[in-house]
Amino acid sequence: MTRTLTLRKAGPGLSVQDMGRPGNLVYGLSRGGAADPLALAEGAALLSQSPDLPAVEMAGMGGDFVADCDLRLALTGAEMRATLDGTPLVWNASHDWPKGAMLSIGAARTGSYGYLHVGGGIDVAEQLGARSAHLGAGLGRLLSEGECLPVGADPVKEVGRILTPEPRFGGGEVRVLPSLQTDLFPPDVLARFQDTDFHRDMRGNRMGVRMNSDGPGFLIDGGLTVLSEVIVPGDIQVTGDGAPFVLLAECQTTGGYPRIGTVLPCDLPKVAQAQPGAGVRFRFVTLDQAVEVETRARATAKGLRGKVQPLVRDPHDIPDLLSYQLISGAIAGNEEM
Amino acid sequence: MTDKTEQYWPRIRTVGFDGMLVSFGDGLSEPANRAALAFRAAVEAAGWDGIEESATSLVSCFVRFDPLAWGHDLVRADLSGLLAERDWYAADLPQGRRLWRIPAVWGTDLAPQLEEAATAAGLSVKDAIQSLSTSRVRVQTIGFAPGQPYLGELPACWDIPRQQALTARIPEGALAVAIRQFVLFSVATPTGWRHAGQTAIKLFRPESDTPFVLRPGDEVLFPAVSREEFENIRAAGDPDGGAVSEVIQ
Repeated sequence: MTRTLTLRKAGPGLSVQDMGRPGNLVYGLSRGGAADPLALAEGAALLSQSPDLPAVEMAGMGGDFVADCDLRLALTGAEMRATLDGTPLVWNASHDWPKGAMLSIGAARTGSYGYLHVGGGIDVAEQLGARSAHLGAGLGRLLSEGECLPVGADPVKEVGRILTPEPRFGGGEVRVLPSLQTDLFPPDVLARFQDTDFHRDMRGNRMGVRMNSDGPGFLIDGGLTVLSEVIVPGDIQVTGDGAPFVLLAECQTTGGYPRIGTVLPCDLPKVAQAQPGAGVRFRFVTLDQAVEVETRARATAKGLRGKVQPLVRDPHDIPDLLSYQLISGAIAGNEEM
Repeated sequence: MTDKTEQYWPRIRTVGFDGMLVSFGDGLSEPANRAALAFRAAVEAAGWDGIEESATSLVSCFVRFDPLAWGHDLVRADLSGLLAERDWYAADLPQGRRLWRIPAVWGTDLAPQLEEAATAAGLSVKDAIQSLSTSRVRVQTIGFAPGQPYLGELPACWDIPRQQALTARIPEGALAVAIRQFVLFSVATPTGWRHAGQTAIKLFRPESDTPFVLRPGDEVLFPAVSREEFENIRAAGDPDGGAVSEVIQ
């Protein structure tokens, strides 16, 4: 039996995402994949399945989805208003999604990218070894209304689990490593860069986000004549008008704008998730500090399953309370023990 | 190269958290590009555990690894050791490279900036076509868009600047020229390079077993075909656009 879900209404930035397709840099194709890979790991922990299974990434806004068979779902990343046939759903949790039920997901309340995971994962065909859409490369595309998405086989039954996410949705401090061209920037510019309160620009996409600030920009003399060199996600390039631009999963693989530093991989979800206007500060760390920080972050991601808790429902949130068998397991007191 | 430069290059630097770059210069030159291609081939041949992928830019070889499994020091030591093995600027280009002949229409309404580019190069249109269609160029790197090569080095007269204003949309298969290089576009995109020729090759084929046609180090000629021949090639619908290739011996 084929398992599917159908999009009845699609927000403007829905795409299927997984951990990306590494290994094609030499051909000019960046890894791509989820803007917030930690959210994929959280969804996987909630559904007790592999973090490599694809989910639906929702930029800023969700949509209406109908299950064409009984499914399990989990919601992670930027918190959005979500209801199942009108009943509010807890975010960062897993739920049953019965056949025919309408899942409605609204605008992000905090953060930028929400994720809808289903048990078994979104089972679209692989292209170049991955199932994520790489919009910049024309691999896959944005999802649209009426689309029917295949869902993989799901051997697990368990739902009603909740996870407290790593905080990363309101901006904050972002750790940066010096990179190739950091020493092109004079010390006073680097100091000012760390002392500046930036705000994420309104514009931003899977390629990168621009950081605005009051005061002068960070352009340097000769900065526009640097030889094109390899780009990695997290690189902070300073474009012609002096504003830093943090590159994300779908960045180009090479570029000629000077880069002032590179955001640590574990802090990149914080940049991707910062909602427009959110405050961001950059702080340089050493390579040794970065190894420490990344070691901790990887341990945290690996330990997510151990942090999953049962979802305790508030009785007020249960509309048909009377239909629940509330006294099963109660004993009369005179049974033989 | 000055003495100082010779001491300075090649150079190993970290790229972000999980990358390392071996650079052979800070400006594009044929020896630096050759060194980068040869060095990457040697990295691939070494097959070190822990190296997750390698790539080349114009004058550098990039490696990506997992620093939590293989320390930065280990990878740096491996790269230093390999660097010391020989003079990479004098290295031969890697084996297995191919020579491509990709038919191109030069000028006409299909490539409307040939005349402008010829003027900038100080050539007549006829001489420009002669020069561009017989220059054997190398894929110096692939980047900016999937499968899209930078090709060089063209004769010195083609050291022309990019135009000030952007062309709003240059089509897939377009051959554009500036700074002694061609870009052969794999997607339709805005560009500052002048559109001098048009080919019918499709460089990025996501559905194919060989999604990327060209590889760094390959060499390419763009023989001139008439507008009529070109339309026949295009009508045939062949993604190679009439291109043929042979392994360089």
